[in-house]
Parts: sequence; structure tokens; C-alpha cells
Amino acid sequence: MIEVKGLSKSFGKLEVLRGIDYRIEKGEKIVVVGPSGSGKSTFLRCLNLLEVPTAGEVWFEGVRMNGKKSDINRLRRKMGMVFQQFNLFPHMTVLRNLTLAPTQLGLATKAEAEARALELLCRVGLEEKARSYPNQLSGGQKQRIAIVRALTMNPDVMLFDEPTSALDPEMVGEVLDLMKQLARDGMTMVVVTHEMGFAREVATKVLFMDQGKILEEAPPEQFFSRPQNPRAQEFLSKVL
Amino acid sequence: MNSFVLLAQESLFHDFFGRLYRAFIANNGWKEMLRGLEATFYISIGALILGMVLGALVAVVKVTPGKGILKRILNIVADVYITVIRGTPVMVQLMLMYFGVFAATGMDAILVATLVFGVNSGAYVAEVFRSGIQAVDRGQTEAGRSLGLSYGKTMWKIVLPQAVKNILPALGNEFIALIKETSVAGFVTVFDLTRAARAIVSQTYDPFVPYLVLAAVYLVLVMIASGLVKLLERRLNRSDRG
Repeated sequence: MIEVKGLSKSFGKLEVLRGIDYRIEKGEKIVVVGPSGSGKSTFLRCLNLLEVPTAGEVWFEGVRMNGKKSDINRLRRKMGMVFQQFNLFPHMTVLRNLTLAPTQLGLATKAEAEARALELLCRVGLEEKARSYPNQLSGGQKQRIAIVRALTMNPDVMLFDEPTSALDPEMVGEVLDLMKQLARDGMTMVVVTHEMGFAREVATKVLFMDQGKILEEAPPEQFFSRPQNPRAQEFLSKVL
Repeated sequence: MNSFVLLAQESLFHDFFGRLYRAFIANNGWKEMLRGLEATFYISIGALILGMVLGALVAVVKVTPGKGILKRILNIVADVYITVIRGTPVMVQLMLMYFGVFAATGMDAILVATLVFGVNSGAYVAEVFRSGIQAVDRGQTEAGRSLGLSYGKTMWKIVLPQAVKNILPALGNEFIALIKETSVAGFVTVFDLTRAARAIVSQTYDPFVPYLVLAAVYLVLVMIASGLVKLLERRLNRSDRG
């Protein structure tokens, strides 16, 4: 579904990604872990081209994303993204946050988009927040709305960039629960996180990144009990 | 000499209401003031709208990333526009346009004045908009783009509304300055408020009362404008209540 070949990214002289090759299949739940500065967020952001790779290719559903003629806006519709800082639109109600993209892109009428948004809100138990503004919500509610916002586009894959890192500890659970529910429903997911429990429970594969490279790739039970790479062993000994 | 100065000061408010009557009622001065007010109003509102649109466009050009040839040309145009407009007096721009550029077209003076003040205001508004756009968190743009919205739609629907909210006080100041600046429009034959007061003075040979009233009218206009801006601020801040 997503394939990267020789993916490299530099910011000035700083090499953040050094030639990554990887292939993500439909239905997989890839959890990317690693120390801060390892390039895992940059890797994720290169998948929907929020960061433009310095070199290499990104393919999505058989189409090259970073080609000269690729229609990046159309491709991004099918890749939902959830940010650490939620990035809800503060000047719009929750409902408008959810209907903006579908209506602006001509994918649904206002009524259709609102019906769909309310249905999704009901599913996450936030239907009474439809008319609220984002700053009237708790962090956990904001992030669940942000996930719902991405879902309104019916994406084929969801990218999560440290979705629980900006949350108060007591709100982490509600966001992870929603992500687990998504995983059970069969969504293809790529998750950058420090939540090892989530990785262990949900991941089909865990990627360990450090210094701009994928150093280890393994199913969670193998990764957490018998890590092969010495850097991964060291990392796990610190975080577990 | 001393007694003459004293006399002049004493007579400043002497028979104030009588002079007020002669200036504005007896000679139908109020009608001229109303006519002037109309011109000042149209020029101010027209220039405000033109300035906002131009300013927003120029600001978007300046904050849009890109290295293409078109982008470079637009950048240069925007820079020259801002530098030239901000570097020359608006009265000079006005005379240059009315007596120079548009002289042969016979274009209406009010229209020329509206254009000049609008283009002038746009250069200042552009800088205000630019700082407002840059103050909006980058995550907002990223969220918009990640949903598949184009750069333009993201800018128009997500970034600009938040930028406008941030810069509303500064835009209000610009509008107030604009209203007052239009008082030089009389130099290119526009019969605006200031010109109307001058006309009354030339009939009554009493400068004090008409100019005092003129000042009061501008003051009221400015107070109405800043009141409207405050009202708008409060409306846009609805989403801030916690």
C-alpha cells in the first residue's frame, strides 16, 4: 500500500533520514519507536509529503507521491493524519472542523457531511460536543475529534505522529482506546509513539529507528522479548 | 498689540452660536457638509475594501514558499509596491494620479481618490497581514494540507480567518488613519468633508467655528469606526470562551 525506496531527508547539513526502504501492506499496524531525534516523525511526515524527501521515492497505492506530476492533494485525501498538537481549527465548531474538508473538496453536500460527522461523533461518544469550539474541550477530547476529522475523509491509511505525547496522563487511555478500536476495524495504521504497551498490543510490526535508519523490524512479541540490534536492546532497557 | 491679541482670544468663542447658525444654517452649510461627508464616507469605505483585498493578496504572495520564476517576479512586484507606496506621501500619489496618470481619462475625482487611498492603504495592510499570517501556528496549515485541501483553500479557510482575528486591532488603526488621510482629497477637486468646511469658511470669513465642527465630525467618524472594530473583535472572539 505504501512503499518507500531510498528515502532520505536532510535539513541543511543535518541528515535526518538516511536511505530508508520499507513496504507497508494493507491492514498492517506499523508502530515506529526509537529515541528522540531518531527521525521517526520525519519518516512519518515524509509518507504524506508534509516533509518533502531530499532523495528517494514514496509510493502510495501504486502511484508515486513525490513525482513532478503527482496530484498530492488528491493522494493525501486517502491518508489521514493525526498530530501531537491536535491542530484542530480553533475558529470553527467541532462540527465545522469535521465537515470542512469533505464539503470544500466537493465530496459531500453540507447535509451529507454533517450526518456523517455526527455519526462518527456518536461512535466516539462526543456527539454533544458538535457545537462546541475546540478550546472548550479537554486534550483527550481534542485528540479524539482530530482522529474523527481524519476519518471523515474515509482514508485508506492513518498516520499518527505521537498522538498521546501532549496529553495529560489520565487522558492517554481514551485516545489509545479509540486507536485500538480503529485497528480492530481493520484500518491500516502507521503510529509513531512512546506507548510501548500500545505497540505490544496492537502492532503487527514494530520498527525501531535510530540515526535516520530502521535498525530493527519485528513482530512485537519478538521485538520486546528478543531484540536483535544492540541499540534496540539499549533503548528497551531504558524505556521498559 | 497686546490688547489686540487679547481681543482675538476673547473673540474666539464670542457669539459662538450665532456664528454656528450663520455657517451651517443660514447659508445651508449643513447641506455642503453632508455632501462632503458622503464623499469622505465613500472614499474611506471603498479604500478600506480595496486596501484589505490588495494587502491580503500581497501578504499571501510574500508568505507563500516557492522558488519558481513566477514566484520571484511576484515577490519583486510586491516589494516594489510596498517600498514605493510607503516611501512617498499619499498627497503626492494623489496628485500624480489625478493630474498626471488619469488626467486624460477624465475619471471621476472620487474614484481616483478611492483608488489611490486603497492602493496606499494596501501597502500598510500587507505588512500587517503578513505578520498575522506568520503568527498562525504551522500545524494549522499542515492539518489543512493533510486533509487534502490545496494551499489556497487552506490559506483562505483556515489560516487567513485566524490571522484576521489576530490583527483586527492593527487593521482598526489602519482604518482610522485612512479616514483621516482622506482629508487631503480636496487637493484633487474632491468635495469631501474638509473641502466642504473650507467652502463654508470662504463664505463666512470665520475659520474657527467651521473647522472646529469639522474636527468634531472626524472625531465622531473615528469613534464610530473604532466602535465597529471592537464589536467585530468581540464577535470573532466567540470561539475563545473557555
